[in-house]
Amino acid sequence: MLEIKNLQVKVGGKEILKGIDLSIGRGEVHAIMGPNGSGKTTLAQVLAGRLAYEVTGGSVRFEGKDLLAMRPEDRAREGVFMAFQYPVEIPGVSNAYFLKAALNAIRKYRGLEEIDAMDFMGLVQDKAKLLGLDETFMKRGLNEGFSGGEKKKNEVFQMAVLEPKFCILDETDSGLDIDALRLVANGINTMRSPTRSMLVVTHYQRLLDYVIPEHVHVLVDGRIVKSGDADLARNLEKHGYGWILEEAPRPQPARA
Amino acid sequence: MATDGSSRRHRGRSRPGPRPVTNVAVALDAKQTWIAEFASSEPDLAGPAWLRPIRKQAIARFEAAGFPTQKHEDWRFTNLAPLLRVPFKPAILGRPDGVLAERLEPFSFGVLKTSRLVFVNGQFSPRLSYLRPLPEGVRVASLAEILRNDPGSVEKDLARHAKYEDDAFVALNTSFFTDGGYIEIPKGTVVEEPIHLVFVSTSHEMPTVSHPRNVVRLGARSQATLIETYAGWAPDVTFTNAVTEISAGPGSVLDHYKIQRESESAYHIATMTVDQDRDSNVMCHSMAFGAALSRSYVHTNFHAEGGSVALNGLFMPSGVQQADNYTRIDHAAPACTSVELYRGILGGKSRGVFNGNIYVRKDAQKTVARQTNKNLLLSKEAFVDSTPGLEILADDVKCNHASTIGQLDENAIFYLRSRGIDEEAARHILTYAFASDVVNQVKVAPIRIKLDQLILSRLPKGAGPGEGL
Repeated sequence: MLEIKNLQVKVGGKEILKGIDLSIGRGEVHAIMGPNGSGKTTLAQVLAGRLAYEVTGGSVRFEGKDLLAMRPEDRAREGVFMAFQYPVEIPGVSNAYFLKAALNAIRKYRGLEEIDAMDFMGLVQDKAKLLGLDETFMKRGLNEGFSGGEKKKNEVFQMAVLEPKFCILDETDSGLDIDALRLVANGINTMRSPTRSMLVVTHYQRLLDYVIPEHVHVLVDGRIVKSGDADLARNLEKHGYGWILEEAPRPQPARA
Repeated sequence: MATDGSSRRHRGRSRPGPRPVTNVAVALDAKQTWIAEFASSEPDLAGPAWLRPIRKQAIARFEAAGFPTQKHEDWRFTNLAPLLRVPFKPAILGRPDGVLAERLEPFSFGVLKTSRLVFVNGQFSPRLSYLRPLPEGVRVASLAEILRNDPGSVEKDLARHAKYEDDAFVALNTSFFTDGGYIEIPKGTVVEEPIHLVFVSTSHEMPTVSHPRNVVRLGARSQATLIETYAGWAPDVTFTNAVTEISAGPGSVLDHYKIQRESESAYHIATMTVDQDRDSNVMCHSMAFGAALSRSYVHTNFHAEGGSVALNGLFMPSGVQQADNYTRIDHAAPACTSVELYRGILGGKSRGVFNGNIYVRKDAQKTVARQTNKNLLLSKEAFVDSTPGLEILADDVKCNHASTIGQLDENAIFYLRSRGIDEEAARHILTYAFASDVVNQVKVAPIRIKLDQLILSRLPKGAGPGEGL
């Protein structure tokens, strides 16, 4: 489904990703772990289409199409969804309005008719229940005055409504108490299916106790230095990143 | 007490270079023209005997003071030269106005039932006006008619609230006005349906000026909703110089709307003065969409305890329009509350001014005053001057002010795009959302819906994001 080859990315002139290779098959859940500053969020943002990131080399193909050539909105319409680490607050735009606009933009791109108001309300109520969001939430401004936990729930809620093919979860567990974490994890697990793939970006293994990935990759200094299964995540939790850093091949010093 | 008590100037500009200075010679020429015009038309101006000396005093004050230049503190951001260069002539009295009723349809409010008085170039048009059933004692009439038939009832208000002494445009209006709306609500009377005053400016061969004058008196514990709409169509070159004087009696409630939708070839200067008695509650909404150059001056005074006022403004110039907003709230009595919220959305090469002054006098203890002006620049060439101001002489008050100037948040745009919403729609949604604080203050739903439509229709190119935001 997603094929990343030798992806190199600069941010503000600084090289952050130094050649990422990653292949994610249909229905697979991959986790990217790594210490702070390793480039995890950069990878997530580049896949979602953030403009501030300069791709200096490599390619990303999504279902055979050149993902990097697409505008952010077209990536979303093709089925890519990123749950933001820091969702944006937009007062004056209700959650309901926003989500309906998004859903209809995606439906239009796919040649479907706009969803009618009754169907939309039905769809939204079911998904909101799944995440323990109450009814007033849809009328409130988008993420306006939401707690950290509510914002993260809202991201997964949007994901549940928009039903993307490929989900990127960027530090979705950060700032969640255990109850919220269970709700969010349950929301994510409900969405796992043989046709939907996920990339879970996380610093800690906590979320991975609930959302168990098939593949775990460790990102250090812009490179994937180790890949394994869910046990790798548990080892990282137990022993920290130190041993990986020891094992990891040192980058060759640049020579003129 | 949360205030720094000072006047802080906040400017957002991206256009370099010196500001043009009002040409003194242009101002002088224009002044002489107006004085000569008064001398020739004064004998024909109708009205009771007591009005003549007021008109003469007003023109004398105008002659002494002249038009303000940009050296004048309140006018430093407003270059009047383009207005003063145009040789405006008063509309010819008695000439058929030729305005078709259908053309006024876009200025109504859908299902909203209102009484409507229409004035074309400052003259009452019975043909375009109608009254709905009104409670007993309520008077909604043309001021000219009142001055003809019952001048005594207006004597205590006309030229008593809006001071011509220090304001050239109020002085000109006082010298020249012929007509406008007269509204009187007896004490204890609630008028449920809004009263709509429509001022249409048109020109034929010559650029035309009009000086609408409105007088509004709310008796004790009365309540009313009043809408002033200013309308016109390009390419007519018109100058509307309006004055509205409002006296809000003890415990009265007024919901006032001024919606300025003149053509982009029009000039518009409007002054509104509200004198508030004990426990009165006034909301003044001022929405500026039209005119090449517009200036709205809203001036409210608390004369007795317990009053409250909300000034709620939106200005949305685009292209090369200039939209200026001056407000002055005078807390001359204790325990009054003012809440001011103005938002500017500026596109193209437009300019805007927000200049808010709040005076809290020595004895006005327990005053609460909050003032906020936020501005959104939609283009690099748009430009706004924001000057919030508080002057506090009392010591037991709660006052604050805030002013911001910014662009659309790129993070928010990306967030919307990452959900499939295209960039233009994302910008529209965020621009509309910026105006929502002000629009949500509007209590009358059909007016709110109309404002929504006006805002959406003015967003840069393409269709708006739709309804129900």
